[in-house]
Amino acid sequence: MKFGVLIFPGTWSHQDFAHVLEDVLHCPWGYVWHKDTSVAGYDCLILPGGFAHGDYLRCGAIARFSPVMEAVVRFAKAGGPVIGSCNGFQILCEAGLLPGALLRNVSLQYRCRWVHIRTESVATPFTRGLTRGQVLKMPISHGEGRYFAAPETLATLKANGQIVFRYSTPDGEITAEANPNGALENIAGICNEERNVVGLMPHPERAAEPLLGSEDGLPLFTSALEAVRRASR
Amino acid sequence: MLEARIHVTLKKSVLDPQGDTVMSGLASLGFATVEDCRIGKFMVLRLSETDAAAAKAQVDEMCRKLLANPVIEDYVFQIGEVAG
Repeated sequence: MKFGVLIFPGTWSHQDFAHVLEDVLHCPWGYVWHKDTSVAGYDCLILPGGFAHGDYLRCGAIARFSPVMEAVVRFAKAGGPVIGSCNGFQILCEAGLLPGALLRNVSLQYRCRWVHIRTESVATPFTRGLTRGQVLKMPISHGEGRYFAAPETLATLKANGQIVFRYSTPDGEITAEANPNGALENIAGICNEERNVVGLMPHPERAAEPLLGSEDGLPLFTSALEAVRRASR
Repeated sequence: MLEARIHVTLKKSVLDPQGDTVMSGLASLGFATVEDCRIGKFMVLRLSETDAAAAKAQVDEMCRKLLANPVIEDYVFQIGEVAG
């Protein structure tokens, strides 16, 4: 089981992911440069946060055309587990691997703080170890995290149970106050129809050790490990 | 030589907090007639293409594939001779 951590010019959260994989989970991993054309040998791909290609034009818009993205799309279409956090989520939306888009926060301010998210679906490789309704504490760090989808897309997401996380109070209530960016229906994370591609705005890699104030991000990694182990049996 | 002048704006159904903020700034300056304000992007492309119809088709494809995100944005453009 080997994790691939993608790096685009401007990615900044790759070392945090590498630290969790190396020092907390002690599992094999490697960096994948955006000009690589193959992701052979990797069992799970991570698109970290940052400002890929400066986020010029729109967040994630240019990253989508990095050579590695063709390999990522092939990997995802073949059912491989892919997770994007923050800018990684924005890239997955721009690449068409996830529906919808991420817009400027309603507050017009960059938000860097702890949030609580409620687990809405455990039917993904990254949430299978959680329980439905479980509330996780993770940090966010973004200026453009307001999830938006057209009404018909939102209806499809709901019908298929593709909403994975929603911003909530610590008790799991979905309120306007718990929504840090104005996201549609408090959506913090979604998956594709096939359920193997997950995107979320919060940072699980920055909440994987007690020293950092939360270990709630760890189950996303351990769930993926278990999912790949089961699939390879 | 042809030039494409492209406007990309958020769809009407998408909330534009930046536009709202600018509008309230205009209102506080005393410009009470502003009823709506939307912020967008303006791009100018200089093209080696000389056929206007071909240029139009190319720019439309550029808009659909990269310059605008059809999920959240609309675009309009004009093709014309580069102004001397």
